[in-house]
Amino acid sequence: MNLLEHDAKTLILGPAGIKLLDSVLCRDADEAAIAVERLGPSVIKAQVPTGKRGKAGGIRVAESPAQAREVAQSILGMAISGHRVGAVLVETCAPIAREFYAAILHAPRERASLVLFAAEGGMDIEELAATRPDAIRRHLVTSPDRFDTADATAMLDGLELGDAAPAIADILVRLYRRYRETDAELIEINPLAQLNDGKLVALDCKFTLDDAAAFRQTSLAAVAQADPATSLETEGAALGLKYIELDGSVGILANGAGLTMTTMDVVRHYGGRPANFLEIGGDAYTKAEPALALLLKNPRVRALVVNFCGAFARTDVMARGVAEAWNRLKPDVPVFFSVHGTGEDEAVALVRRELGVDPFDFMEDAVCAAIEAAQ
Amino acid sequence: MTMFPIIRRTDRILVQGLTGSQGSFWTERMLETGTQIVAGVSPKRAGETHLGLPIFASARAALAGMPVDIAVMFIPPAAVRDAALDAIEAGVRGLVVLTEHVPTHDMLTIFARAAAADCRIVGPNTAGLVTPGEAFVGIMPGHNTNVFQPGRIGVISRSGSLGTLICLNLTRAGFGQSSFIGIGGDPMIGTTTEDALRALDQDPRTDAVVLVGEIGGSMEETAATYAATMTKPVVSFIAGRAAPEGKRMGHAGAIVAGNAGSYAGKRAALEAAGVTVVDTPRVIADALSARLPIYAHDTA
Repeated sequence: MNLLEHDAKTLILGPAGIKLLDSVLCRDADEAAIAVERLGPSVIKAQVPTGKRGKAGGIRVAESPAQAREVAQSILGMAISGHRVGAVLVETCAPIAREFYAAILHAPRERASLVLFAAEGGMDIEELAATRPDAIRRHLVTSPDRFDTADATAMLDGLELGDAAPAIADILVRLYRRYRETDAELIEINPLAQLNDGKLVALDCKFTLDDAAAFRQTSLAAVAQADPATSLETEGAALGLKYIELDGSVGILANGAGLTMTTMDVVRHYGGRPANFLEIGGDAYTKAEPALALLLKNPRVRALVVNFCGAFARTDVMARGVAEAWNRLKPDVPVFFSVHGTGEDEAVALVRRELGVDPFDFMEDAVCAAIEAAQ
Repeated sequence: MTMFPIIRRTDRILVQGLTGSQGSFWTERMLETGTQIVAGVSPKRAGETHLGLPIFASARAALAGMPVDIAVMFIPPAAVRDAALDAIEAGVRGLVVLTEHVPTHDMLTIFARAAAADCRIVGPNTAGLVTPGEAFVGIMPGHNTNVFQPGRIGVISRSGSLGTLICLNLTRAGFGQSSFIGIGGDPMIGTTTEDALRALDQDPRTDAVVLVGEIGGSMEETAATYAATMTKPVVSFIAGRAAPEGKRMGHAGAIVAGNAGSYAGKRAALEAAGVTVVDTPRVIADALSARLPIYAHDTA
């Protein structure tokens, strides 16, 4: 889950004591004009939880209130990577002497965290890594409660930061503390600017919250931005189901992410097109009934594969859910089962008895039958 | 001496969260297969006996009175950190974290303490470990003889359900398994594909390995480097070929961003290392037969 720039600045950087320029969050063009009247020449930035805002025309300068009105008008309502712009941040312009890059993120392979700093900011970090790898400093934090001023200072050594070095080291230490406190997956300041008067300010901030920590980061989770979703995907999320709508005609209900992806792969392998990703693994295995009802709301579904392989998820419980939904909704699409693993005997008997169909021995056969029926 | 992450009947197991409904259900299944479970942890039921096992207030209290090699946790996400640190501090050699959705910052703390204490972690978000006919820990149908049969094929999987399907197909084709190692579906895990591959490569009971991978991350690519050094054949299936880019497919680890973690990249790396990569789970047994002619099974 990502935060908007404005939320990331005020909720993450502000409390860490990292300085920001004066800014106002505006929801319409009039507000933007009033803000520029107060702040003077400003940058007007689309508030969407995605990168590449500048390239999409979502970041522009306004010199006057009249121009601010015009610019805000053109940015508000734009769609950037599927996100509709509902607000702009109007931030005062300041004379910049130098730009830097700072970020902290998970390092899965090392089971650690990675602090990144570059003496060149403003550009895409992947681009910088490709063109000037020596410009990026990396520090791996393997002992998660230890990243101090000495570590930060050592990592900046030799970068010719002049008298800004101690202040930058201090910012990195504060940022790391905040990264731990807020269950961040990523905090990025790009650029971190040194103004003509020497002051260091964060001109932009990206923040990604670890979804798994939403239960204890409730105030951040409340303002975090969801990915663009179809109405069925939103309905799925409300039911606690991971549902992704695709453009094919073979509906898929399986348990576990790995098995569900595999079922999609097999559909594609035999020339069919999956209509969805929908898995009811983990604790969600008891939700087979609402899951099936959701899946059948997609009008493109012409045939259905139910592929259960019970480990933790009991196939008898899942099969009962499917049978209940089926008998309630009486859908006019053929269904093809493959059922194995925990609870298999009862599940197979139940499918035969309640739905009058014989599960296939191999999931590949169930998939091929469904592809044929969907044509 | 434990072979962890290969589970053995000689491993003495502590079950944290044993008295809960899932803990009880799966402990019974583990006991049925002969797993040597020695005690449970449940602060509210300390001093009682459950399923014939003594229940302690903490892993520290349990290990004060008896030797334990491995702890397995039936613990909700918010409580995993404290339970894991308890087990690590108590001195277990291995810890199996089944829980899904553990906050990554808690795992960072756990991994650092485990490394300092020389404790191996499997998971989080793993379905567990099975050595058919001998022992299992976790939430796999390790007790189901249609799925698991003793044999000489090692299986590595991020996913429990897909791992179950693969083992079922192997068993039906006449290939028993030396050991199943579920490594977990999260991006940051204690035992990686490469770690599991190394363990099975060094295991004298394993003749060949089936590596079940998934899109996302770089673990299969890293494992390919190790696979290139092996003489035991490796057959692989990678799930997620049909997954759209940029969408998380349920497992937090299964996401493709740009070229990183893509199906094509993983397949190319594995094939360059001499691994046979198959298109569907059903043909894994055929690929194994081709790589292990001595077995030559009829897979009809």
